[in-house]
Amino acid sequence: MQLLMCPPAYYGIEYEINPWMSRSRQSDRDRARRQWELLRTVLTEKMAIEVSLVEAQPGFPDMVFTANAGLVWQKKFISSRFRHEVRRGESAHFERWFRDRGFEVVRLPDNCCFEGEGDVLRCGDTWFAGYHIRSDIYAHQWVAEIIGQEVLSLELSDNWFYHLDTCFCPLGPGRALYYPAAFDPYALQVLQANVAELIPVGFDEAARFACNAIVAGRSIALNDGCPNVRRQLEALDFQVFETPLSEFLKAGGSAKCLALIIASES
Amino acid sequence: MPSSIVEISGHIIDSLILPKVLDLIIKLGAEFQILEIEIGKRRSDRSFARIQVEAASAELLETVLAKIKEHGALPVEEEAWPAELEPAPADGVFPEGFYATTNLPTSVRIDGMWLDVAYPEMDCAIRIDKPARRAECVPIHRVQKGDLIVVGHRGVRVTPIERKVPRETFEFMSSPVSTEQPKGLLIEEIAETLKGLRRDGRRILVVAGPGLVHTGAGRYLVELIENGYVQLLFAGNGLAVHDIETALYGTSLGVYLDKKLRAREGHEHHLRAINVVRRAGGIRQAVDQGIIQSGIFYSCVKRGVDFVLAGSIRDDGPLPEVITDTLRAQDVMREKVRGISLALMMATTLHAIATGNLLPATVKTVCVDINPAVVTKLTDRGTFQAIGLVTDVEPFLRELCGHLELRET
Repeated sequence: MQLLMCPPAYYGIEYEINPWMSRSRQSDRDRARRQWELLRTVLTEKMAIEVSLVEAQPGFPDMVFTANAGLVWQKKFISSRFRHEVRRGESAHFERWFRDRGFEVVRLPDNCCFEGEGDVLRCGDTWFAGYHIRSDIYAHQWVAEIIGQEVLSLELSDNWFYHLDTCFCPLGPGRALYYPAAFDPYALQVLQANVAELIPVGFDEAARFACNAIVAGRSIALNDGCPNVRRQLEALDFQVFETPLSEFLKAGGSAKCLALIIASES
Repeated sequence: MPSSIVEISGHIIDSLILPKVLDLIIKLGAEFQILEIEIGKRRSDRSFARIQVEAASAELLETVLAKIKEHGALPVEEEAWPAELEPAPADGVFPEGFYATTNLPTSVRIDGMWLDVAYPEMDCAIRIDKPARRAECVPIHRVQKGDLIVVGHRGVRVTPIERKVPRETFEFMSSPVSTEQPKGLLIEEIAETLKGLRRDGRRILVVAGPGLVHTGAGRYLVELIENGYVQLLFAGNGLAVHDIETALYGTSLGVYLDKKLRAREGHEHHLRAINVVRRAGGIRQAVDQGIIQSGIFYSCVKRGVDFVLAGSIRDDGPLPEVITDTLRAQDVMREKVRGISLALMMATTLHAIATGNLLPATVKTVCVDINPAVVTKLTDRGTFQAIGLVTDVEPFLRELCGHLELRET
């Protein structure tokens, strides 16, 4: 597996675009740096994941959350169209990175918002896509067209869980963690019909971003302080790596938000 | 009913987006019809549906369209075309190619929204107030230089009024005007409608000509007024003059209404009546001073029923309340017809057509005249919703009052 990460060189709470963010509750730059390095070490050394880096850019504190940059499909990079103006400038930097490495950069039409892997996740052969808060449903049609796969749209209905990757975590074919209250009733039905084994996460651990985990085979990295999820995952033979990510929680992000999948297989 | 066509495509079946959109339409109080649906054969194939959404008002339709748009249902392109606007080149002049209105419910597409045109009126233009998000009919003499006027037909939607399926087998009898109509049934139906409107606190307009007084039907109109069946009266100088002549001298055009006799010097009575009222300062003053003690206008004043008297070129006097500037009379009438639910027009051609021109087609309109040509004229000039009764007005009103079981006044 290959992931793209961005060092938190300019990371900070400079604006408020989700309920987690508060400029009066600043992140500690040194601690953020240490937490990010620790996560990278877990990924590369414990989970045997190859991590590539994109250079951080001043003025784009959220570039650290690379999962929102776009969606990679084979040698195509579907670039995001961020809902909020403050993040739109990130796209040029991500697009350049992918173009320089031989990827075809695909842009969606101007009239729809799309926040990349933050809202599109694959569970076995089925793709799920969140909409309403950050991505528009129209974007899903384009994505489905580009990847040539069925994409099931799920309405997200809780602003605290604004991206699909904050409330849904595929663990492998037919199995996923999810926080049920983040979905509208139709989305819940769709999940139940399409994921054989759905493991619900309680509010406390969902709010610790238990669903925002990085899964590679049988190993999984997530924020610390999620003992119930950890126990359940271990019972399913997963090797769980809890790593402190409290500084990133202040911006409404955690492990999965900090990494974009470039390739599922190394 | 206002309606719009939307399209939705994608993996809308497995993701339950199509049922969600349809449920939403119903939940919000609108209706839908699926015009076309294509379901993908393989999992990766997208499905497609074209849906007609209908709502009771343009406002509700807009709410529904905005809501389902969030779930991917988009109005088809031609539906989304905006209306074209041009400023009026001068006061009292519409831009070339202005959209000429009908009296049907109309909405206009402005800035991505359907706006209901306030108070539909035929033969006007549509004026748009963008900041206020308001569309209204404006008659040519009221337009001001720079007013934004709709030109062409693009972005204008007219909703036809549903017409009832005739209940009778004899088609000729359900035509709007026929001397062969079973009047008793029709009058009974009108009486039931009036009762319902009074019960619901709706407003009824009576438009009447002097023939109503000449035929001795004035007392029935008095009964309607006294029993709360009239909230507004439109007439000319003539109706008021002869009603007051009757109140003062017992005659109409010099003929005693109760004696089948022509009064001596009776032809002067209406002039003397005009003079008396002019000396008193007006009809209201003459009632207040106890000079007029009975009749249609006495009841109007006493019961607080609003009336508008519009003048014409052949008027004697006229009475002080008569508005002789026809454009001003039209504007006053236009203002007052707003909120009317039923218009009952009797024994008048001029005022019936003038009022018909101002009414939206949604206002129930009944036209009673001895001359079939009057009803035909009214409908030919666009007031197609009018139901015509060809009969002398006195037996009509007598029978109507009978069905209404009015108490003696």
